[in-house]
Amino acid sequence: MSAPAATVAALARGLAAKEFSSVELTRSYLDRIQAAQPGLNAFITVTAEAALAEAAAADAARSAGTAGALTGVPLAHKDIFCTEGVLTTCGSKMLANFVSPYDAAVVSGLRQAGTVMLGKLNMDEFAMGSSNETSHFGPVRNPWDTAMVPGGSSGGSAAAVAARIVPAATATDTGGSIRQPAALCGVTGIKPTYGRVSRYGMIAFASSLDQAGLITVSAEDAALLLGPMSGFDPKDSTSVESPVPDYTRTLGDSLEGLTIGIVKEFFDKGLDAECESRIRDAMRVYEKLGAKFREVSCPNLPLSVPTYYVVAPAECSSNLARFDGVRFGYRCESPKNLTDLYMRSRGEGFGAEVKRRIMTGTYVLSAGYYDAYYLKAQRVRQLISADFARAFGEVDLLIGPTSPTPAFAIGAKCDDPITMYLNDIYTIGANLAGLPGMSLPCGFVGGLPVGLQLIGPHFSEARMLNAAHRYQLETDWHLQVPAAFA
Amino acid sequence: MSLTRADIENIARLARLQLTEAEIPVYVDSLSRIFAFVGELDQAPTAGISPMAHPLPGLAQRLRADVVSETDHRDRYQQNAPKVEAGLYVVPKVIE
Amino acid sequence: MEWETVIGLEIHAQLATRSKIFSGSATAYGAAPNTQANLVDLGYPGVLPVLNAEAVRMAVRFGLSIGAKVAPRSVFARKNYFYPDLPKGYQISQYELPIVAEGSIDIVLDDGTRKRVGITRAHLEEDAGKSLHEGLPGHSGIDLNRAGTPLIEIVSEPDLRSAKEAVAYMKKIHTLVRYLEICDGNMQEGSFRCDANVSVRPKGQEKFGTRAEIKNLNSFRFVEKAINYEIERQIELIESGGKVVQETRLYDPDKGETRSMRSKEEANDYRYFPDPDLLPVVLEDELIEKVRASLPELPDEKAARFARDYGLPEYDAGVLTASRELGAYYEDVAARVGSEPKLCANWVMGDLAAFLNKDGLEIGESKVDAAALAGLVTRIVDNTISGKIAKDVFEAMWASGESADAIIEQKGLRQITDTGAIEKAIDDVMAKNPGQLADYRSGKDKLFGFFVGQVMKATGGKANPAQLNDLLKKKLAG
Repeated sequence: MSAPAATVAALARGLAAKEFSSVELTRSYLDRIQAAQPGLNAFITVTAEAALAEAAAADAARSAGTAGALTGVPLAHKDIFCTEGVLTTCGSKMLANFVSPYDAAVVSGLRQAGTVMLGKLNMDEFAMGSSNETSHFGPVRNPWDTAMVPGGSSGGSAAAVAARIVPAATATDTGGSIRQPAALCGVTGIKPTYGRVSRYGMIAFASSLDQAGLITVSAEDAALLLGPMSGFDPKDSTSVESPVPDYTRTLGDSLEGLTIGIVKEFFDKGLDAECESRIRDAMRVYEKLGAKFREVSCPNLPLSVPTYYVVAPAECSSNLARFDGVRFGYRCESPKNLTDLYMRSRGEGFGAEVKRRIMTGTYVLSAGYYDAYYLKAQRVRQLISADFARAFGEVDLLIGPTSPTPAFAIGAKCDDPITMYLNDIYTIGANLAGLPGMSLPCGFVGGLPVGLQLIGPHFSEARMLNAAHRYQLETDWHLQVPAAFA
Repeated sequence: MSLTRADIENIARLARLQLTEAEIPVYVDSLSRIFAFVGELDQAPTAGISPMAHPLPGLAQRLRADVVSETDHRDRYQQNAPKVEAGLYVVPKVIE
Repeated sequence: MEWETVIGLEIHAQLATRSKIFSGSATAYGAAPNTQANLVDLGYPGVLPVLNAEAVRMAVRFGLSIGAKVAPRSVFARKNYFYPDLPKGYQISQYELPIVAEGSIDIVLDDGTRKRVGITRAHLEEDAGKSLHEGLPGHSGIDLNRAGTPLIEIVSEPDLRSAKEAVAYMKKIHTLVRYLEICDGNMQEGSFRCDANVSVRPKGQEKFGTRAEIKNLNSFRFVEKAINYEIERQIELIESGGKVVQETRLYDPDKGETRSMRSKEEANDYRYFPDPDLLPVVLEDELIEKVRASLPELPDEKAARFARDYGLPEYDAGVLTASRELGAYYEDVAARVGSEPKLCANWVMGDLAAFLNKDGLEIGESKVDAAALAGLVTRIVDNTISGKIAKDVFEAMWASGESADAIIEQKGLRQITDTGAIEKAIDDVMAKNPGQLADYRSGKDKLFGFFVGQVMKATGGKANPAQLNDLLKKKLAG
């Protein structure tokens, strides 16, 4: 089978039927990665040797009859996940030399399920960005048009899956960093409920918002991979003790009677008219599938971006204080004294957007401003969560656009931070409320992909994946591959 | 809401971030924009609303049994350290 | 101008858990640098804290023992600042919602009066690592073994009015945490430290003066000296027209003075906010009641019981209950002797304490155990030996580890209680000292002691003193 046509589901079947070996498969992906790297820059580290060794072990397991459903399936991890013995940079100069001594829970979960790691994917520095332009290792390019951004912060993950140089990728989402790049690259992305997936080993940006998830070709693939990633982890105090269902079991369920809320506030003047058109086309497909629509209102949603840009920087300013040149990471040359060590290691090691957010966060937590900014934002967060809760009292799922526009040109939005921040206007709300969200490809505008967003109540991943999968049985947007990579 | 150069210098010092002379006005500008933007929150009707520290309400901290579960991995962990001597992390002198 | 001192103490006690408060690393003292510091303690990227149940239970224990409210819901907060012994760049502590609020403890002052000292709050937090300066010219070496050790920070109300009161309070808390078995109280190892907030104000003024904080005092002696120095420093400063600056100071034991901490360029803005990696600590009534049921007899209760049941003066009861081990030792002795509780108390507080001090031993390491001491006291009570001889026997017991009876036998120290023998000895002495006898009989009463001495000498010190007294009086009277 050709890589462009490959899904995790198909590859798993092929491996099980011994149509090809994991070593063959891994080799072919490594070749594609190498060929695509100069043009896309999706990878920071390719672990070719280790991948082939893991693939060989997977093939051995298959011969021994001990292979599981995902044994031998290759994938790549966003470089925010700690991988033992492998460079883990978080897209930053600060960690450019950091070899992690341990595996993140997500990495070991997927490793235990038998997957093969191809390497570590490029990302916005410390997950701060919506275009993958802040990476110390250079921007990632959108496979649909390499003058365009892939979205961020999981730009490498989205680009790699879109170009089919990996079958699937892990990613993280704090304000939209899975869903938005998935939309801009025409692939499927899922951000699970907060607490569904362990954050242990996932380098922290904003602790109460960060969540690990997946970027895949299809909802079915996401359903296959989400299980092994999910579940309670005693090492993460915010990890929830809730049983993990088999997400694949209910994928094919009928959507008759499913009620979907159209979020009024998502269809604002910021939404590109053509993008809106694609979303509405998608809604007609859902109607055909038996879903019923109604309009719902979440009146405080328009405040989600300012809320996020108080809470997230506050948490990150504290989470990034550990990067000080003492125990790991970048240290400046010849520090004159302790203060100099800190000031220059951090000043030189962090990029501009990271410094901007650290300073914003330091300010909103500082004496005299804490109540007016931080506490105020956390109260608005409560309002936004209540809006969603009320909406879910009326409907099963919410629908809307993922991004206000399709992909934009590299360098286009760098002047005013607010313009960049507004890319996440539709995605941030779900993070503030800890809700699961997905983005599915639903068409093109000017040759660039458009994404449809689904948001569900807490722990409704199975239903969301079901709704996504049924849509993908009716449409083939998710199967489209950029010509250069077909 | 406009920030001043002194504000940026103070914040940068608190956050231990060395800024170049050229960077300072850039941050004054972008942070001022951010705070002007964030000022929209002032309008929000939050009277009587409690702050939401965690997205999933009603959960309580789990307690861990008091057992020693770690062994010494100092050498492995210190492979990443910029400067180590006799097992200690070395920094410019700490003055008390 | 008459001045009044106002002191508040912040005590940091390391909780005696096996593992750290947020990680599974060991807390044992004295390990090689950084061998008890795991990824969580080192603040590595991606790690997360998980709370130790025993630390919580110990904090609840403390709260209940000072009659405080135990918060049904408390929150961990991050205290943000940069220091090399603070790996994450923040300390996980508690700020607005501590686990323990508003309790009190009674102290006994020098003149015997009791004073109630308020405790504003007590909260859980993690300890920082250590900076070492030897052998690294121009540099410091950071050891993070201690980073993450659980601490309980106990904050008193500014109720203390003198260095002596401060020490009495600190000692009381020290006793209490050891009674509760939540802290070993080892000040040399740093398990029990205190910061003192000191200010002065004109007597009668209600408003507090500006206070200075003296950090990291780790002995009772230093606390007393540092506070007294600081009081004088502040008074002198104000009286010469200056103003006390709110600042942090360190006590230099070699110079006997406090000095301002050079490294604090500006007041720290700690930017406290609830730690998003930890959820609120919710304590069910069931847990609190279980802890309450497991509380041992507290020092004040035990002292009151000793006073009541053993008829001991308050002072004695206080000394004997300074630790659970000492109290248990005393009760063991008293039970075995079965009578004369005051005599038992005197022996424990007197000779035993002196020998323990001399050899630098704790009561648990005593070379004379409770059974052995009881054996000795019993021989005083049953008149086998006098109290005076018993002191010599005790010394021999301490040195040899043998029992009182063995030593009395070996050295032939049995008291002479035979009236006839004593009378004979008295007769002999009277006969040998006619001059003194005559002087005594003509009014020189002081010579009584001379005769006592002579008879004791003649009997090798073994004449029963009470009998000797009676018989001598009669015979001398003629």
